[in-house]
Amino acid sequence: MKKKFNNIIQNIRTNILNLTFKAKSSHIGSCLSIVEILVALYSGVLKKKDKFILSKGHAALALYSTLYEKKFISLKTLKSFGSNGTILMNHVSSKVNGVEFSTGSLGHGLPFGVGKAIKFKTNNQSNKVFVLMSDGEINEGTTWESLLFASHHKLNNLNIIIDYNKIQSMDFVKKVINVEPLISKFQSFGCNVFNVNGHSVNEIISFLKKKSPNKPKVLIANTIKGKGVSFMENNNLWHYKNPNQFELSKALKEIKKKYA
Amino acid sequence: MRKVFIKELTRLNKKKKNIYLVINDLGYNVVEPFRDNYPKHFLNAGVSEQNMMGMSAGIASEQCHTFVYSIANFSTFRCAEQIRNDVDYHNLPVTIVSVGSGLGYGNLGYSHHALQDYALMRSFPNMLILSPGNNNELINSLDYIIKNPQPSYLRLDKDEILQSSDEKKILVRPGKLLKIINGSKNNAIITTGKTQEIAKSMIKGKYKDYSLYSLPAWGMKSKKIFFDSVRKFNNIVTIEDHFLDGGFGSWVNEVLINYKNNILVRNKYISSKSIYDVGSKDYLLKKYGPK
Repeated sequence: MKKKFNNIIQNIRTNILNLTFKAKSSHIGSCLSIVEILVALYSGVLKKKDKFILSKGHAALALYSTLYEKKFISLKTLKSFGSNGTILMNHVSSKVNGVEFSTGSLGHGLPFGVGKAIKFKTNNQSNKVFVLMSDGEINEGTTWESLLFASHHKLNNLNIIIDYNKIQSMDFVKKVINVEPLISKFQSFGCNVFNVNGHSVNEIISFLKKKSPNKPKVLIANTIKGKGVSFMENNNLWHYKNPNQFELSKALKEIKKKYA
Repeated sequence: MRKVFIKELTRLNKKKKNIYLVINDLGYNVVEPFRDNYPKHFLNAGVSEQNMMGMSAGIASEQCHTFVYSIANFSTFRCAEQIRNDVDYHNLPVTIVSVGSGLGYGNLGYSHHALQDYALMRSFPNMLILSPGNNNELINSLDYIIKNPQPSYLRLDKDEILQSSDEKKILVRPGKLLKIINGSKNNAIITTGKTQEIAKSMIKGKYKDYSLYSLPAWGMKSKKIFFDSVRKFNNIVTIEDHFLDGGFGSWVNEVLINYKNNILVRNKYISSKSIYDVGSKDYLLKKYGPK
C-alpha cells in the first residue's frame, strides 16, 4: 500500500534533483536529508501562528520545494531557482513567501528562534517555535549559548530538530569534531531529548506533538545524507557536487520507483 | 548619559509597551528602573553576546523594539555577524546601545575602549548611527528612533553630566546638523557624540571664526541629506572620539569626495595606533585625543 506522504516526498525530492541540476548548485545531500522532517512540519505540526526557522540555510531548495507543495510559492517562482535575478537564494531567504528568516551562516537560527520563543512566553502567547539545525552546526558556540538561555527560561515552546545525518561539510562528523554523546549533551543543557527516525514522517510528528513541560525540546532526527538516491547516500561528495545528466536520470528513476 | 537613557526608555515604554531591554550581565545600578517597572521585558542574556544579538533580532521580529545595552565592543565586534545578517539584513528594530564612547572607560584599558565601533556599524546599509553630544540630543534621538524603529546604534558617553546649554525641543533627523554655537556662516566645526565638549573649547581658542554644529544621527542612508546641509560651507573641521579610519571624519570625507564642491576639510580624531598605557579618561584624551 502506498504510504500517506509518498506523493509529497517524491515531488519534493524530484524538484530538489531537477533544480540542483538546472542551477548547477550544491548541497543536494543536505536537502535530501531533511525532506521527511519538512513534510512532518508542514503536514502535521505547524499551525499558522507557529514559526519555523531553517537554520541550515544551505538546504534552502528543500524548503522552497516544500513551500511550493504547500502553495506558499508558485511553480514559476520555484522554477526561477538558479536564474539571474531570482529571490530564491541558494541559502534560504526571507524574501520568499513562507520563509521566516534568512540564514546561510551557521549558528544563527537558534538564537533568533530563542528570541521569538522568549517573546511569546513573556507575553503569554501560545505560539510555538521550531528550529531545524544541521549536525555540523552543533560546533557553533551560539548553539550552546542559546541552550543555556533557553533552558534557564524554561522555553517549552521551543522545539529544536537536529538533522543528524552524521556528515558535515568536509567529512563525517565523528572525524571532524566528535559531538557524541549527543543525547546526554543536550540533556545536560536542560532539554527534553528524543532520539527519532528522521525519515519517518509519522514518528517525527508524534514526537513534535509531545508536551515538553518546563524544558526546550530537542529531536535528534537520525537521517541519511542524500536520502533516497543510492549513490548519493552517506557520501559527502554530494555536499558539493551537482549531478550530470546521466546521474540525474538515474536518481530520478530511483526516486520514482521508491515512492511510487 | 546612561541613567538618562534608562529613565527615558522606562518612560517611553509606558506608552509603547513593546520595548525590550536586553543586557549581557552588565549595567549594575543603571538598568534597574526599567527592570523593576517591566520585569518581563527585561532580559539578562548572560555573558553571551552572539546569542544576545540573535535573540534580540528574534524578539524584534515579533513587533517589538529591542534595546541591547552593553559596552561598545561587546555588543558590536563580538557579535558583528549577528548584527549584519540578523538585525541589519532583516531591517529589524534593534537599537544597540553602547556605553563608554571613545576612551570613556579610561584605565579599564583597550578591551573597553570604543575606537573602531563607527567603522563597523556604518558599514551596514540599514543602520542609523545615533551619537548624541548631550542629554537633550539623547532624549530627542530616542524620540526619533521610537517613532522610526529601525536597526540603530546609540553610542553613549559614560558621564552623566552632559547638559546642553539650551534644553529646548530639538529635531534630531538623520544627516541634519544641529547648531550649537553660532559663528561664521562659512566655516563649521562638525562634531558627533561626546567630542561636543572638546569642540566647544576649540571655538573659544583657535577656531574663533567657526560655527559649531552637532550631527547626532548619520549613516549610509543619510549622506545626501548631510551634503545638502553642508554645501554652503568653505571650511569644515570634523571631530570625533574614534580612529579616523572608518570613523565619522572619514564618513564626511566620503560624502565630500562624492559630491561636487570646493569645501576644505580637516579631521580631528583619536591617534591611529594601539594604546598600551592607561590613565584617567582626561589623561588619555590629552595624550591620544583629537588635537
